Amino acid sequence: MAMTVIWTGMVVISVLFGLSCGRGPEVAAAAMEGTSAAVELCLSIAGMMCLWSGVMEIMRQSGLAAGLSRLLGPVLRRLFPQVAADHDVMDSISANVSANLLGLGNAATPLGLEAARRMSPDRSDTASDALCMLVVCNTASIQLIPTTVASVRAAAGCAAPFDILPAVWLASGVSIAVGVAACKLMARLWRS
Amino acid sequence: MELLFTMIVPLTIAAVALYGAGRRVDVYAALVRGAASGLETLARIVPALIGLLAAVYMLRASGALEWAAQALAPLMESLGLPPELLPLMLVRPVSGSAALGVGSELIARFGPDSTLGRTAAVMLGSTETTFYTVAVYFSAVGVTRSRYAIPAALCADLAGFLASAWAVRLLF
Repeated sequence: MAMTVIWTGMVVISVLFGLSCGRGPEVAAAAMEGTSAAVELCLSIAGMMCLWSGVMEIMRQSGLAAGLSRLLGPVLRRLFPQVAADHDVMDSISANVSANLLGLGNAATPLGLEAARRMSPDRSDTASDALCMLVVCNTASIQLIPTTVASVRAAAGCAAPFDILPAVWLASGVSIAVGVAACKLMARLWRS
Repeated sequence: MELLFTMIVPLTIAAVALYGAGRRVDVYAALVRGAASGLETLARIVPALIGLLAAVYMLRASGALEWAAQALAPLMESLGLPPELLPLMLVRPVSGSAALGVGSELIARFGPDSTLGRTAAVMLGSTETTFYTVAVYFSAVGVTRSRYAIPAALCADLAGFLASAWAVRLLF
């Protein structure tokens, strides 16, 4: 529903603004331009997106994702002390986080949902601290190689679309650190 | 270092293919299967992207975006953020395809190697669709009281936006 409000708002504001600023014809032409720009964008990123999805599938099938998830265990046990003793929960959290790191969005969500279901077996309507942490970890982007964005940059004529990687890692690191800190802090302040 | 980041795509692909072949994975079949799922992802975002880019282009042509950016410029600038990025920051937590549409328009208009184009790209790469993720997870386990999950996640988003602008200025 949020997008309904946003999209309708964008269109109505454009028409009202365009009419009052005397830019009606430009707004009319822009709607057409926008649709063809969208189709062009999709065509130009299609190749890279498919190639990367293919490479990610090889990573998954060859066990690279599972290996990564074993490496993550010690870090994750500190983030999720409430469920650290439960191996099934920790396994699905590790798999979820490593799929996120590799950019396997389609694989990450089902794994994360499995972890969420396993850590709240009592079907309580209130989120536990561990569930909040899992959700916040999934709302922060920790993808090591942001392939979609790189495809967009390449389509715009960039010679080195991956030169933003260090900046992305830095920004992601700050973002997830703030998210985790906010969770730990708010867990103490927020009495359910 | 620069060569490494230019070569990261072919190097990663070669390394993954070699590792997969070493582990007796049918590398080519996996590649094709994954590529097909990439096409599915793309097919899912095409309709949304068409609707959103039409609206973004209309908004830009109407002058409303410049007006909003100008009105909020002092606030954005005091945080070290270019005001042109405001629309991207507003849609990022709500919709992934909308953010991709707004971001790609910024990247194409200002150029992928401009400070603004780079910042938009880093913002897209370092944040997620917060509200969508929160909705999916909590509805899957029947949680209606999400407590501090949304404020904490939005703190992470805001930190990611600020850090994107700082990281681009620091590294380029």
